[in-house]
Amino acid sequence: MLRFLLRRLIVAVLVAATVLTLAFVLTRLSGDLAISIAGPNATQQDVDAVRKAYGLDRPVVIQFFDWVGRALLGDFGESYFFKARVAALIGERMPVTVSLGLTGLVIALAISLPMGVLAAVRENTWADRAVQAVALLGQAMPSFWLGLILMITLGLHLGWLPISGTGSWEHYVMPGIVLAFSAVPALTRLTRAGMIQALGSDYIRTARAKGLSRASILLKHALRNAAIPVVAIAAVQLGFMLGGSIVIESVFALHGVGFLAWESIGKNDFPVVQAVVLVLAVIYVALTMFADILNAVLDPRLRGA
Amino acid sequence: MSAALLEVENLRVEFGGRIAAVRGASVTVARGETHCLVGESGCGKSVTALAVMSLLARGARRSADRLAFDGIDLRDMGETAMSRLRGHRMAMIFQEPMTSLNPAYTVGSQMTEVLRRHKGATRAAATDRAAELLGRVGITAPGLRLGQFPHQLSGGLRQRVMIAMALMCDPELLVADEPTTALDVTVQAQILRLLATLQRDLGLGLLLITHDLGVVARVAHRVSVMYAGEVVESAPTAELFAAPRHPYTRGLLDCVPVPGKVARNAPLGSIPGVVPRIAPGFAGCAFRDRCGQVNASCAGIIPRRTVGAGHAMLCRLEPGWTGAGATP
Repeated sequence: MLRFLLRRLIVAVLVAATVLTLAFVLTRLSGDLAISIAGPNATQQDVDAVRKAYGLDRPVVIQFFDWVGRALLGDFGESYFFKARVAALIGERMPVTVSLGLTGLVIALAISLPMGVLAAVRENTWADRAVQAVALLGQAMPSFWLGLILMITLGLHLGWLPISGTGSWEHYVMPGIVLAFSAVPALTRLTRAGMIQALGSDYIRTARAKGLSRASILLKHALRNAAIPVVAIAAVQLGFMLGGSIVIESVFALHGVGFLAWESIGKNDFPVVQAVVLVLAVIYVALTMFADILNAVLDPRLRGA
Repeated sequence: MSAALLEVENLRVEFGGRIAAVRGASVTVARGETHCLVGESGCGKSVTALAVMSLLARGARRSADRLAFDGIDLRDMGETAMSRLRGHRMAMIFQEPMTSLNPAYTVGSQMTEVLRRHKGATRAAATDRAAELLGRVGITAPGLRLGQFPHQLSGGLRQRVMIAMALMCDPELLVADEPTTALDVTVQAQILRLLATLQRDLGLGLLLITHDLGVVARVAHRVSVMYAGEVVESAPTAELFAAPRHPYTRGLLDCVPVPGKVARNAPLGSIPGVVPRIAPGFAGCAFRDRCGQVNASCAGIIPRRTVGAGHAMLCRLEPGWTGAGATP
């Protein structure tokens, strides 16, 4: 177990380092940063001044290691646009993104688990096909489109939920549903496949031979085993949701990290962009590792290994 | 003789209307009796056991003239009512000890839930009972085992756990489907001895399914030989071994080496071919293609006849026939 953890940790660090490098390189590929910071009306002197002030006149390698060195200490520099510490900007907006991600995950599980169980129990019936159709639809629907449709129906016509902003928990419901839909197809199919396998297993026959109730057979004995991969993938999906909330945060005007990234990209505020990419990547890597650990905790057979 | 605990008459099981796995099998288990069901792989003995417990896979069709446990008709019993009998008054153990326990729960959790379900026992009482039974099936340190997961136990230990779990509610009938097939030979002997002891001590009705005639000779009171979904011969154990009447039974017995009886260099008997897969509507004797005594009338209707005290067979031959059982 310890060896396994150590190996996972090394891989995680390597992935983070790769992302770190990519974030740095990609922001610099978008053009001369000094020119875009100085603005369209700037003279050559202005641009030179900006270049010097932000240290952009130094060799790229020096800039890179300077940034990496500071980033490792949690110092992501200062935003060019917001005139604030990048770390503080991200810290301020992280709760919104995390709330949104968790809401999305809870909704996704609340939909996927029952649907997957239903589809497995009624395998090859109309109910199974209906569930699979819904999953396919979820896969095919662009999230911004679903977001707009929900805003029009639930928000404008029915007036049940607020359309944008972050004032109360109700503000998270609609974007949460939209975000959940990106994870529902995978989680539903995984639950269904796991349940079908579990229900055909010898230990379920034993459970029936013991005369256990249907609820106990399905939920205690079958779902407990079918849920192991689902829980692991759900953790990975949460990483996706946190990183992939850029579209949804901008559609619903939720001032989270994704919204910050979107704004900063438009303004060429590259310290912020770099930092957001790095933070989200690290969270994603950490969640993937957490998923592996969770797997080991849930499956007693992996614990001793 | 006490009243029959399990009565099965003319049991039929079909899968998808194409395969007739059991074709009119009849088996009776008296209280406190060990009834062995023997036959080759694919002869329908496991399906018979599953049919008795109403544990057949979806898509299987079961019918019978009589299927009763302690006089209770099981034929049209719903799943809920059946589940109150299973694990409670009639229990079953399986061929695959490695996969028959749930990998996600401890031995203790899986054992106690049976008693809690059927007798409403408290967790503490159920745990005490589980520990007692683990001791009874010859497991040392029951306290330790109760907290362990199935993957931490060997195959033999897992089968002992399965047996102990089946006994939690003091069942009257235990159906054991080849409980030793997947185990080492030495462990097989231990498990069989254990089953025989428990059967005697607890007065269990035991329906033991096996293909091992050595096992049958040691533990059975009564034997039914199955072939292609039918019981072709049924008799008290001693009688069956002393005077087998059906050509298939004779063929089977010829396959078993008996020290002192078989000449040192003589070839051991065997029955060429395999059990045919029978479609619904098949008529005549299913063994006729492998039988040494076959003639034209074997394709007709075969009578079930009594050929001794409690001894019946499904064959056209007279009880006193001589010659080879299987095709030479």
